[in-house]
Amino acid sequence: MMTRKISTTITRIDKLAQDVYSMWLKADSIVKEARSGQFVSLYCKDGSRLLPRPISICELDRMNGTLRLVYRILGEGTKEFSTLKEGDTIEIMGPLGNGFTLEGKKALLIGGGIGIPPMLELAKELSCEKQIVLGYRDELFLNNELEQYGKVYISTEDGSVGTKGNVIDAIRENNLDADMIFACGPTPMLKGIKAYAREYGIKAQLSLEERMACGIGACLACVCRSKEVDSHTHVHNKRICKEGPVFYAQEVEL
Amino acid sequence: MNLKVNLAGVGLKNPVMTASGTFGSGAEYSDFVDLNQLGAVVTKGVANIPWEGNPTPRIAETYGGMLNAVGLQNPGMDVFAKRDIPFLKQYDTRIIVNVVGKTTEDYIEAVERLSNEAVDMLEINISCPNVKEGGIAFGQNAKAVEDITKAIKKVAKQPIIMKLSPNVTDIVEMAKAAEAGGADVLSLINTLTGMKIDIHKRKHVLANKTGGLSGPAIKPVAVRMVYQVSRGVNIPIIGMGGIMTAEDAIEFILAGATGVAVGTANFVNPCATMDIIHGIEEYMKKYHISDIKELIGSVE
Repeated sequence: MMTRKISTTITRIDKLAQDVYSMWLKADSIVKEARSGQFVSLYCKDGSRLLPRPISICELDRMNGTLRLVYRILGEGTKEFSTLKEGDTIEIMGPLGNGFTLEGKKALLIGGGIGIPPMLELAKELSCEKQIVLGYRDELFLNNELEQYGKVYISTEDGSVGTKGNVIDAIRENNLDADMIFACGPTPMLKGIKAYAREYGIKAQLSLEERMACGIGACLACVCRSKEVDSHTHVHNKRICKEGPVFYAQEVEL
Repeated sequence: MNLKVNLAGVGLKNPVMTASGTFGSGAEYSDFVDLNQLGAVVTKGVANIPWEGNPTPRIAETYGGMLNAVGLQNPGMDVFAKRDIPFLKQYDTRIIVNVVGKTTEDYIEAVERLSNEAVDMLEINISCPNVKEGGIAFGQNAKAVEDITKAIKKVAKQPIIMKLSPNVTDIVEMAKAAEAGGADVLSLINTLTGMKIDIHKRKHVLANKTGGLSGPAIKPVAVRMVYQVSRGVNIPIIGMGGIMTAEDAIEFILAGATGVAVGTANFVNPCATMDIIHGIEEYMKKYHISDIKELIGSVE
């Protein structure tokens, strides 16, 4: 896999919810090699913000050579991205990291908050039976698009839609079973899923997040504690940007 | 046009090198950078034994800069000598190994291990602000700087670069101490100790609480220190601290640096070193400079 830093043109922008934006980028060379669970790094135009922002790939349109990113405004960098218009350019690097391994006969795809977007491309690529569990604080996004790939179960913290509580509550309430879990979301959610997967003996792939600088495995900023020794330092620090962001649950300490 | 420079008898094809800790041992950047074009690759710090580094988060962006508290995670000398040195030997560039330690004995052991390896120079990191013992403790006291330099010089087969900390009252005093201890070259500056607080969570952003500030935010401090040190010692200097462009690199050279190292810029633009080499050539063309040595320390 060849990683590239290229200038891309924004072909479409949609606001999906409060502070949540969807952006399609023309990036043929990256789209050709990318797959679900990988991410790209986005560079700010403002020189006071040096570090690229890692954002997971939401969708790939291989016909048109475009990729979709869905992100939430969390700081000044994502705020800058939200001001971009269709036709504007943005520099990105990718594809980065190792994505999901497509396996299993009956899968649970679990997304929490801004961890939901990578589930869309994964749902497209997975050919097995899919149950999709989405956890929100309140306002929904991407749920309608995901419905075409499997039955969608929703949890909201305020109980306004679906199960009141979190994604695990929704799984239990609906008696969902599976032989494979794919999950992306906040660390407390991933911890819960790791415990749930162990309880029921289900294999789970978790997509992790950490603050990154280089995005390509050189700076050693984004490590996580791993069971096996890592290939770089030969300790127990796998790089989320390089060996990850997707790991098998039993492989990492959360 | 001649871009060649000489550091303690080691010839470099140009003055541009990588700053330790931002470039690994080059492998991760080889998709973006032709390592053959670099004056030298300065490796990430390596100790006698593996170090796990600090807990995460290890990194935080700040205005025009970044804080890091990686804590010198490294695979130790065995893996490094078996994997990283042979990797770098494939390229036509100078290899400078950055050496870290917690005690004088650690440094000595690492330097001795490297004595029979095909590396060109050793850069001794006595200035990392992110490890509790060793590191910077050796770099903030003139007597300690001179002593560790002497101890390392006794066993080193390659020329020694002492990497100095800016977190001192008088960096010229530290530079003179390193020179008195026998240092062949000086590198400056390492990162400035800093801190960032998340006001919404009322918590430190870095698990280590403090981290080393790098990037363009520190460049004026670094240029000033290179200038002062170059006028206080008679050994060459590798200048670094916020070099993002060829213009920045030239500023350091005019201030008195013989070599320049590019660090944080690699995260912003993985091809930064290549762009800087080309930019220096453009600058020399524009001002009819035939030999880069004419520029070193030539600020009036």
